[in-house]
Amino acid sequence: MALGDCLLPGIADMVSLTINGRHYSVDAEPDTPLLFVLRDTLGLTGTKYGCGIAQCGACTVHLNGQAMRSCQVPLDSVGTQAITTIEAVEQDDVGRKVVEAWVALQVPQCGYCQSGQVMAATALLKQTSQPTDKEIADAMTNLCRCGTYNAIAAAVRQAAA
Amino acid sequence: MHPLLRPAVPSRRRFLAGAGGALVLSALLPARTVRAEAQGPAEGAGLLAPKPGTRVAAFLEIHPDGTIKLLSPFVEGGQGIATGMAQIVGEELDVPPSRFVVECAPPGPDYAVVNGIRMTGGSFSTRSSYETMRRLGATARDLMIHAAAAKLKVQDGELTTRDGVVLHAATNRSLAYGDLAADALKLKPNESVPLRDPATFRYIRQPIPRLDVRDKSTGRAIYAIDHKVEGMLYAAVQHAPRLGTEPTSLANEAEVKAMPGVHSVHRLPGAVAVAANSWWRARKAVEALKVEWSAGKPSGIDTVAADFSSEGMLAALKTSTDPGHVAEEQGDVAAAFAKAAKVVEADYEAPYLAHAQLEPPSAIARFAADGTLDVWLPNQMPEVFQAVSAKVAGLQPAQIRIHSPMLGGFFGRHFTYEAGNPFPQAILLAKATGRAVKLLWSREEEFARDAVRPLSFSRFRAALDTAGQPTAIEVRTVGEGPIGRYFSMMMQTPVDPSAVEGIVEKPYAVPNRRMTFTKVAHPVNIAFWRSVGHSMNDAFYESFLDEVAQAGGHDPFALRMALLQDSARHRTLLSTVAEMSGGWQRGPYRAEGGMRARGIAMASPFGSETATVAEVSVEGGEARVHNLWIAFDPGSIVNPAIVKAQVESAAALGLSSVLFEQIVYRDGVRQSQNYDTYPILRREHMPAVHVRIVESGAPMGGVGEPGLPGVPPAVLNAIAALTGRRIRALPVANSKLSAV
Repeated sequence: MALGDCLLPGIADMVSLTINGRHYSVDAEPDTPLLFVLRDTLGLTGTKYGCGIAQCGACTVHLNGQAMRSCQVPLDSVGTQAITTIEAVEQDDVGRKVVEAWVALQVPQCGYCQSGQVMAATALLKQTSQPTDKEIADAMTNLCRCGTYNAIAAAVRQAAA
Repeated sequence: MHPLLRPAVPSRRRFLAGAGGALVLSALLPARTVRAEAQGPAEGAGLLAPKPGTRVAAFLEIHPDGTIKLLSPFVEGGQGIATGMAQIVGEELDVPPSRFVVECAPPGPDYAVVNGIRMTGGSFSTRSSYETMRRLGATARDLMIHAAAAKLKVQDGELTTRDGVVLHAATNRSLAYGDLAADALKLKPNESVPLRDPATFRYIRQPIPRLDVRDKSTGRAIYAIDHKVEGMLYAAVQHAPRLGTEPTSLANEAEVKAMPGVHSVHRLPGAVAVAANSWWRARKAVEALKVEWSAGKPSGIDTVAADFSSEGMLAALKTSTDPGHVAEEQGDVAAAFAKAAKVVEADYEAPYLAHAQLEPPSAIARFAADGTLDVWLPNQMPEVFQAVSAKVAGLQPAQIRIHSPMLGGFFGRHFTYEAGNPFPQAILLAKATGRAVKLLWSREEEFARDAVRPLSFSRFRAALDTAGQPTAIEVRTVGEGPIGRYFSMMMQTPVDPSAVEGIVEKPYAVPNRRMTFTKVAHPVNIAFWRSVGHSMNDAFYESFLDEVAQAGGHDPFALRMALLQDSARHRTLLSTVAEMSGGWQRGPYRAEGGMRARGIAMASPFGSETATVAEVSVEGGEARVHNLWIAFDPGSIVNPAIVKAQVESAAALGLSSVLFEQIVYRDGVRQSQNYDTYPILRREHMPAVHVRIVESGAPMGGVGEPGLPGVPPAVLNAIAALTGRRIRALPVANSKLSAV
């Protein structure tokens, strides 16, 4: 970006982000949801837009290991928190086990919600390695229009085993 | 019968009969005509369109590394068709399905394998193309053998194949398909290659893992919304509050144009749009636009007027006095009612429904330097989207390249629904800006313009004899179905099959029957929705059958058995579902956490048969479904794991619809904007689903939709058994329940 661009009205300052262990500088307004920075600015399209109001969870990423709905995370609230997206989930031991369980139990159908489901499951298992059924139900609240909920719960249990 | 199911391709004359559908029709015309019109007069082979599904080179790319690219006639949207196609072709080609990469083919006459047309829908894909795709694989294998015979200088009969390799056992020589493909595809194919003996199948009927599951578990699967092309603008729209009204003035266009990243502001039919250098900027800008909209037509049901409501629409259906047309008639209904010991009557109604697929719709349009157009978009009928794109762009269909990425759910969402699709807007914006444009509808705009499952109404009457057996059933269905709206030229009678399916052609031996259909058109954009008319009609009919059983003093399971005594296929399904659920018991009975009861329902959707038992309790005034047992007979299958997954998925959608879903119009405006105001099934409401496949050997039926229609009535019947209350207006969430 040319230096002069910073002087134009309405052009935001560059914001620094740490995503999947890499540093990025992005040019976007501070209230831009992290979701669209990931998808459109940085091309990390594994994280999905579903509803934009934290109902569906398709946009789930990790902020410092916590599952967050990135459609509700304004860019200026991220600060120095480490962002992990589905693209890096297999670099994590727990994440890899979750993915393997998803594949073994053939969880996805249309698959559109599954990035978010895998990220939610990974965050759950990193915090609670042996979750009860109730803990699974409480943590796995993402919507799935194909109704893969039972397969998801079974895969979480398999990944925890 | 579903018109598309008829074995013969409808004649061109019939196709052309409905002028309103001419646009759609041009895409469905027999291949020869399309080619001739698109490319001008051609000579020899160019004039002869291929018989769909026969030209190996149109379907298979065989690579030197042993992998195979299959250009599929069908689009993958979660139903597992890509894997199923790899199994079917791989079986005959003798290549493991895991070596296939499956993509949705571009438009073209080769892919019209669904009774002469091309579509991914109607649960048609596998059953309509099974023989064709087997033959394609077998023909390709034969070409490999033929090419190998020439190279090895042996007779065809001395060669065998295994896993993509041609073997000459006598000399221990072998040639891989990848090394033979170039020569093989130049040979004249043998049109009568024998198919494999099913007893030797290695892949068909096996639970082969799905080809797309790893990509879908790691974020690598690419949907339409994920596509990007060089130099594209992002666009967002704000639709008119009501369909059919237009933007008249923009109060703050200059301010919006000055917002960050904004490229341009546009007026579109029924919408305004902003193009920007990111979608979020485009969305913020378009939502900041202060738009004055035209008033639209004042009133009536021929427009989504300011006083239109779903309540008013339902009243219009209920009060219609038009006798309509006979959809099914058998025996003498009037005589049966005259002699009846008892008459049962009930009215049933179902609301408009949204598809609510998780991927919001999008489209990329890019004009090339030569004036031709590329469009990337979710679709279930590439040739029709090509035809409509051509019309919007002012081009010929042959100048449009349609790209069909996998779908983030569809359920009937991705047919052409006029104002219900974003791609015409994307094309207009690409034209106006001179740039490639990616248009994405926000979830709110999707809820505003998704075409909806029609609201419907049916009035039932039954005559019972002194033994409590039904001697006559009469049904009056009022409304409109999507076949009549979009494919009326294919209908042989004024009866819209998609409006009455699930009410006609029931297997029950009720001697006197009269079903009528009265068309009352909806002013709103209506749609195909998973299992279409069956999604509500089976709920109505099977609920009413339970009412008949109750009025006649019979157990609903026993009554069904009695009415099916001449149908071994249906009795087997009933027995199977009873056995799966530990023996039929209606209840109420005490179970963990309180009282529960069960409901039974059958359905005959899309060439398959189902029997479903639901187990229900009531908690806090709401129905809670604990178990669904589904015995499913699609005749024969390709992949049992995919079949079971599809039945469970359809069951979940059926449950979601019966419990929660409704699009309500008030003052001409839809009351749902997002998932908070359009609740869908969440994990806490997901029951255990038990599916057993029964392969009766009947002709292959559909799989993607048939699991759905039995679920709503099984749940409604269980609720009635538990509460003593019959819910006749969907969804259940509109009624506060209490267990007796």
